[in-house]
Amino acid sequence: MLAKRIIACLDVRDGQVVKGVNFEGLRSAGDPAELARRYNVEGIDELVILDITATLERRRAMANTIRSVARELFIPLAVGGGIRTQDDAAAAVEAGADKVSLNTAALSDPELITTLANRYGSQAVIVAIDSKQDGARFPVFSRSGTTSAGRDAVEWAREAEARGAGEILLTSIDRDGTKAGFACELTAAVSRAVSIPVIASGGAGGLHDFVDVFTRGAADAALAASIFHYAETSVKALKQYLRENGIPVRL
Amino acid sequence: MIALIDYKAGNLTSVRKALAAVGADVFTPEEPRELANARGIIVPGVGHFSATHVLNGAWTDAILDRVGNGRPLLGICLGMQWLYETSEEAPELRGLGLFGGCCYRLAGQQGVKIPHVGWNSLEKQRDESIVDGVPDKAQVYFTHSFAAPITSETVAATTHGETFASIVQRGQVAGVQFHPEKSSDVGLQILRNFLATAA
Repeated sequence: MLAKRIIACLDVRDGQVVKGVNFEGLRSAGDPAELARRYNVEGIDELVILDITATLERRRAMANTIRSVARELFIPLAVGGGIRTQDDAAAAVEAGADKVSLNTAALSDPELITTLANRYGSQAVIVAIDSKQDGARFPVFSRSGTTSAGRDAVEWAREAEARGAGEILLTSIDRDGTKAGFACELTAAVSRAVSIPVIASGGAGGLHDFVDVFTRGAADAALAASIFHYAETSVKALKQYLRENGIPVRL
Repeated sequence: MIALIDYKAGNLTSVRKALAAVGADVFTPEEPRELANARGIIVPGVGHFSATHVLNGAWTDAILDRVGNGRPLLGICLGMQWLYETSEEAPELRGLGLFGGCCYRLAGQQGVKIPHVGWNSLEKQRDESIVDGVPDKAQVYFTHSFAAPITSETVAATTHGETFASIVQRGQVAGVQFHPEKSSDVGLQILRNFLATAA
């Protein structure tokens, strides 16, 4: 039976893992390769490296970070943050990324989804969607949650799938870093609207939040950062808890 | 030397890295005749079956020639599907035909998403060298929409809505539907098993 995936996210700035709350107030959480190694031993299913820097100089440093993480890990590795062009994607793939995650660039240039899917295969293209709940609506935001994209998350996820995306990485801006639980309503709305896997992100706090997002949220995978970085929850303990609660996981 | 065939169906960085980690000496031949030096051949690949069209003709002849001389061949993901007669994904094309049958699109259903992406388990059907040291129900990483049918040559089966062949082997020819290069220790063990046959 297909396991629900647990994904650890490393937000990287200047070669260091950092983490904030509601996309703000960053604090350092350590060396990316060292954290990646620890998560791998604990049984993480996949890693996402998010580059939260933007300049060209730092982009080169990012390739080194990807290389150092990819060197010894033999699980899927996705890279996102600031991928705007085919060349950005190629640099990440050449450094060892198996998947690239597009966010702002996909909104401003949706053709890029198709171009990259044709070049690397749909399995290599994740479209990341950041959304804040507004009543019964799920508006999409770009530029790290600062700019309204004038799109709805469900409708945008459907379009991304049609254009060749292989997965959706869905982040709740309301929940990001708050440990208040995943946005299950948002996740279920998107997950039920597409046939590609949906990775839920934002809000992981307690172990039961993951049970909720896999059941009520209909998520295929769940991503977390803070709770793993500060060793509040080990990946192994989380997976054992999920199994006890009837969620299929890789142990 | 292990020949890793690059027919532009996906990026090979991860496969190369994993092969290096298990001690393989790998080269990517530019011309089919370079396969004469290969101790073993790996056909990787992700994406659409139509990408395999460049393997028809001289590459197919060279690969079959090496296999005929007893050299081992491993197909990974799309590379495994290519070992069968054909695929519904590109019915106008022929595969290598070393295994009988046609690859088909997995049928999605309520709660079963296609593509099949993630870690799923191997249900061992029988023992073969490719699964030496791999426990029954070991979990490996998949990403695909098409799959090969269960036949007498199936070594392991996997279920996602329906049951398909996740590992196949006959003699020195083997295929894996998942990505051993992304399947942690189990995947590396499978690559080691292949290398052992190419010694």
